[in-house]
Amino acid sequence: MYVKDGVKYFVVDGHSHFWDASPANWVPGQEQYAKGWIECFHAYQSLGPAETHWPIEKFQKYSEEQMMTDLFDEGHVDVAVFQPTNLRQWYTAGFNTTEANGDLAERHPGKFIVNTNWDPRDGEDGRNALEERAKRWGCVGAKLYTAEWKGDSRGWSLKSPEAARYLEKCQELGIRNIHIHKGPTIWPLDKDAFDVSDVDHAATNFPELNFIVEHVGLPRIEDFCFMATQEPNVYAGLSVVVGGLMHARPRFFAKVMGELMFWLGEDKLVFGSDYAIWEPKWQVEGFVDWQMPDGEEFSDYAKLSVTAKRKILGLNAAKLYDLKVPPECDVDAPEVEPVGVPAS
Amino acid sequence: MTSVTRTPDQAAAVLAAVWSALGTVLDPELDEPLTHLGFVSHCLVTEEGEVRVRLRLPTYFCAPNFAYLMVADSYDAVVAVPGVTAVSVRLEDHFAADVINDGVARRSGFMGSFPGEAVNELDDLRADFLRRAVLAGTDRVCRAVIAGGVDRLSLTELTLGDAPEGADRERLRSRRRELGLPHGDSSPLVLDPATGEAVTDIRTHLGLARLTRVSQEANSGVCRGMLLGRYGLKEER
Repeated sequence: MYVKDGVKYFVVDGHSHFWDASPANWVPGQEQYAKGWIECFHAYQSLGPAETHWPIEKFQKYSEEQMMTDLFDEGHVDVAVFQPTNLRQWYTAGFNTTEANGDLAERHPGKFIVNTNWDPRDGEDGRNALEERAKRWGCVGAKLYTAEWKGDSRGWSLKSPEAARYLEKCQELGIRNIHIHKGPTIWPLDKDAFDVSDVDHAATNFPELNFIVEHVGLPRIEDFCFMATQEPNVYAGLSVVVGGLMHARPRFFAKVMGELMFWLGEDKLVFGSDYAIWEPKWQVEGFVDWQMPDGEEFSDYAKLSVTAKRKILGLNAAKLYDLKVPPECDVDAPEVEPVGVPAS
Repeated sequence: MTSVTRTPDQAAAVLAAVWSALGTVLDPELDEPLTHLGFVSHCLVTEEGEVRVRLRLPTYFCAPNFAYLMVADSYDAVVAVPGVTAVSVRLEDHFAADVINDGVARRSGFMGSFPGEAVNELDDLRADFLRRAVLAGTDRVCRAVIAGGVDRLSLTELTLGDAPEGADRERLRSRRRELGLPHGDSSPLVLDPATGEAVTDIRTHLGLARLTRVSQEANSGVCRGMLLGRYGLKEER
């Protein structure tokens, strides 16, 4: 919980990772990609305040104690959501897997939500494995990478019949929160990998699932916003928005927040630190202190209320994940109710 | 292109012309010149008129399609400069650098450079980003018109020539020209960048234009920040 000026904020970090990108985990022959990937992440960290930058060695592999301290002791986080990224083609034991996250989560009951992942190209076997993971780790959310390569396949679409079968499976298993990575990416080469029209399609066909578009489709916020206005079950994941812009590009942070508030509104925005790219501490504190600047340049945009900040920092995600919020942190019921949450 | 030995002064003049040619090459996604973005790390003209350009990008994994366009466009821009006898453009510190550099040097196109990995040339992608550039430019130009006292609802009655003269208007005109859209002074100030037709819902159109510009500029901000972080540079303010 974070307390500022007498206001209590229940903080849910909607996007965190426990990864191992150390050289010992690089797949032989793929070292340049494994190294390039983590260096790319590390460069993102440079967009945060200088005093929060880590040396690359620490960034490649950090300890469980480090993560617990950064999130819960110093970072004001009440509950964090793990979003896995396998990348087994580059990292022998995976980069950040459901299993590694789940192991850590089990040692700290009540602190983490363990999301899993799936890929429709894995077919029936993949669905069975998904079911096993979901049951083993109690998953109610999944993180998807539609732009990921696999053999000759250059990514996939949520519009495909194969993806629909997985979404049906999710519904059956109670995996109701579908986080989709639409943001900075590598592949496929010739397509616009940031296309969000497949999310539109899936959100319409699966009204009982919530779709959280991570990184708000950056760099195509315009496509994302326009799509999201038409789908009641589409949310914006703010990881990268806060971490990448609030400190480094405050003017554009203000404008992006203004647009997200204008097109989606305060009930649809979900904070995520993207740890360990950025620590949550400065992001939570900075966001609570932040306000839409005055001036002609920002005159189209509304100011952000305390209620809006409480929702964005935790209450919206708490609704999605059915987390118990201390009454002193709560606000009146939001206008938007996520779907699939068990009746209490 | 023939090899001619030049004096240092002549080489310097060619260098200036090459730099200015590189200034016409845009990052298609950010709609800004490579030279402004800091993407040209090295530009050298020998006394024989040979040009060597090196490009760098904000990350090792920047999208290879955009990277390819920038390398190919740089080659085309530089090779057209009078006095240039040979051109080498090399992208550095990128996971697909070798493939892109060789593909551009061999003039094999994007599909030829990535056989089996790319099924389309990049014309559609480029056109899509030009349409976004038109929308973002519409916000810049219309803001100036509105600041001059024009009601936003009457923008549909104005022409491009009615907008204040300046870089923003000419930039918008140029993007419209590239897309084959009306771009003369007597053409409408606002039009649908996909069809070239008149805009009926000006309120929504302006909202999208503003959003597109914010998206583009925020993205540009991230890219600049990443480049600075990657190469340990200080920001010029």
